[in-house]
Amino acid sequence: MNKPFILTAEGVTKSFDGFKAINDLNFYLDEGELRTIIGPNGAGKSTFLDLITGRTRPDEGQIEFKDTPVTKKSEYQIYRMGIGRKFQTPSVYSDHTVYENILLGLKGSRGVWSAIFGKVTPAQNERIFQVLETINLKDKAQVRAGALAHGQKQWLEIGMLIAQDPELMLVDEPAAGMTDEETARTGELLLSLAGKHTIIVSEHEMVFGRQLASKVTVLHQGSVLCEGSLDEIQNDERVIEVYLGRKKKHEAIHAEH
Amino acid sequence: MQNSFRKAELWGIGIGAILILGILPALNAFVPETSVFHLSDFTINLYGKYICYAVLAMSVDLLWGYTGLLSLGQCLFFALGGYAFGMHLMLLIGKLGQYHSDLPDFMVFLGYPALPLHWVPFRSFWFAVAAVVLVPGLVALVFGFLAFRSRIRGVYFSILTQALTYGACLMFFRNDFTFGGNNGLTDFKFILGYDIRSAATQRCLFIATGILLILTYVFCRWLTMTRFGKIQRAVRDSENRVLFSGYAAANFKLFVFVVSAIIASLAGALYVPQVGIINPSEMAPDKSLEAVVWVAVGGRGTLIGPIVGAIVVNALKSWATRAFPDLWLIILGAMFAIIVLFMPKGLVGLPKQLISLFKRGFAYMRKRSARGEIGSELSLKESSTPPPPGAIRTGRVE
Repeated sequence: MNKPFILTAEGVTKSFDGFKAINDLNFYLDEGELRTIIGPNGAGKSTFLDLITGRTRPDEGQIEFKDTPVTKKSEYQIYRMGIGRKFQTPSVYSDHTVYENILLGLKGSRGVWSAIFGKVTPAQNERIFQVLETINLKDKAQVRAGALAHGQKQWLEIGMLIAQDPELMLVDEPAAGMTDEETARTGELLLSLAGKHTIIVSEHEMVFGRQLASKVTVLHQGSVLCEGSLDEIQNDERVIEVYLGRKKKHEAIHAEH
Repeated sequence: MQNSFRKAELWGIGIGAILILGILPALNAFVPETSVFHLSDFTINLYGKYICYAVLAMSVDLLWGYTGLLSLGQCLFFALGGYAFGMHLMLLIGKLGQYHSDLPDFMVFLGYPALPLHWVPFRSFWFAVAAVVLVPGLVALVFGFLAFRSRIRGVYFSILTQALTYGACLMFFRNDFTFGGNNGLTDFKFILGYDIRSAATQRCLFIATGILLILTYVFCRWLTMTRFGKIQRAVRDSENRVLFSGYAAANFKLFVFVVSAIIASLAGALYVPQVGIINPSEMAPDKSLEAVVWVAVGGRGTLIGPIVGAIVVNALKSWATRAFPDLWLIILGAMFAIIVLFMPKGLVGLPKQLISLFKRGFAYMRKRSARGEIGSELSLKESSTPPPPGAIRTGRVE
């Protein structure tokens, strides 16, 4: 008997003004898997994550998380099902302190009343510092998030994700704008989270290289071009065509016009 | 944002309370009229009005400064509170009106056969008080629910609130809407059995308004310290992140919208017995815009800012409309423009702004004097050592 998938997307199509950002996409993810989605700009990576998290809705097709459709639900309902997301550009509360950012991300009640009358318990406080330790921002706890360096903001947002403790983590281009050293440490962080969580990492290029050693899905023009290990991907004719031949093709299109 | 009351703040609240609840009323009641320290009945009444405006301004800021919801219709709730309480005062006039009827004057004048049904329970003081809280709360709840559920944000929300108050204003102008048409409700005689025009009653109303101001301040301050307050500001700064962190942002916005409507309404309810009239012009769109100006002038996103803004602008208005009756609107406009352009944090942010400006200027002067370059910019060009970063900029200008 097969293990059920944690996330399935079948026949998903989404177009913006006639442009098909996602075109008949089929995607299956096992529980506990670490998956990398790569694709050139405009391949539909972020749109796909938008569709999973309820930011936009598909025109056709079905996305199911643990056999429950997510396509009719709003962002916060999907969040409560256990899907967390880190955005491509770091999206933290810049006027709040680092500590408060994690506090607001922390798993727990999301209601108005508990927000007014609830107190931060010692256990929650401890958990916040634990997360801060993981993302290496413990000594910055009382610093305004807006004052952090770019890479630290990326980590802070990953920290909010860790604090949320979702079953499925969607991490959109976590290494964007990071130095090589920061990238390597982000890779380590993601690896340490794998196993405890199911993770999708989207990437523009293979910045983590072999570090993540995950299964790779290549997106191209809104659908899955191929899937497999890094070695299989790198030797795939179509992938080489998309990544290396893109420039040539681009010129050809321009020549036609 | 502080997570507890600071010592200085508690002192401030204490001093403010003593001033408003003790000293000012005492100067009015016990100091002989011949003394320079005497506060006339007119003045204390005027101050009471300012404090009502200050509470209204705080309600605007709770929405705009803390939640990022620029409501341009907050005076609707202020006026609704005023009307609810005004109805009660109207029924207390009894047979002492112009027409010596049990009906309020305007009803006799407009030929009402009997008191409309929805007026009847307003004979009770406590019903009126309940209505002051519930009616604006309910209006805000329904409007807010529809607006926030449809994800109406930013300028669209502002325009809708403006339209709402304008619509209500037009409705209240109608004679057949049973609230006195354009004359509104006026000529009040009693409140809780006391003569509403006596100095002692007005003094008590002033003190009640002061208590409302202090309670509102403490409540808002407490609210902003809770996790709710943090989420509130998070909605302001990054609503999407809030949604993707599992919070139903609409519920949080709705809560703040209702709470601030009730605060504005309470201020309106205390305003009416002090000025003696409520009419539909109180909910005209420009009134709400004025309240936003007070907040901007005082400093939004702080709680003391709206209080300072409301009092300063209205005191200025009282003075300017007498001294330069034709220029008042130009003065107000100029003040708004200057503050928005040059003082983003408003009047309460001015000391900090000046200090940082002074510090920067001082540091610059010191850097230059250390290099012995005060006096001539041109000497920079001749200096053989590399100029400091600040100086490079001036060097490049030529």
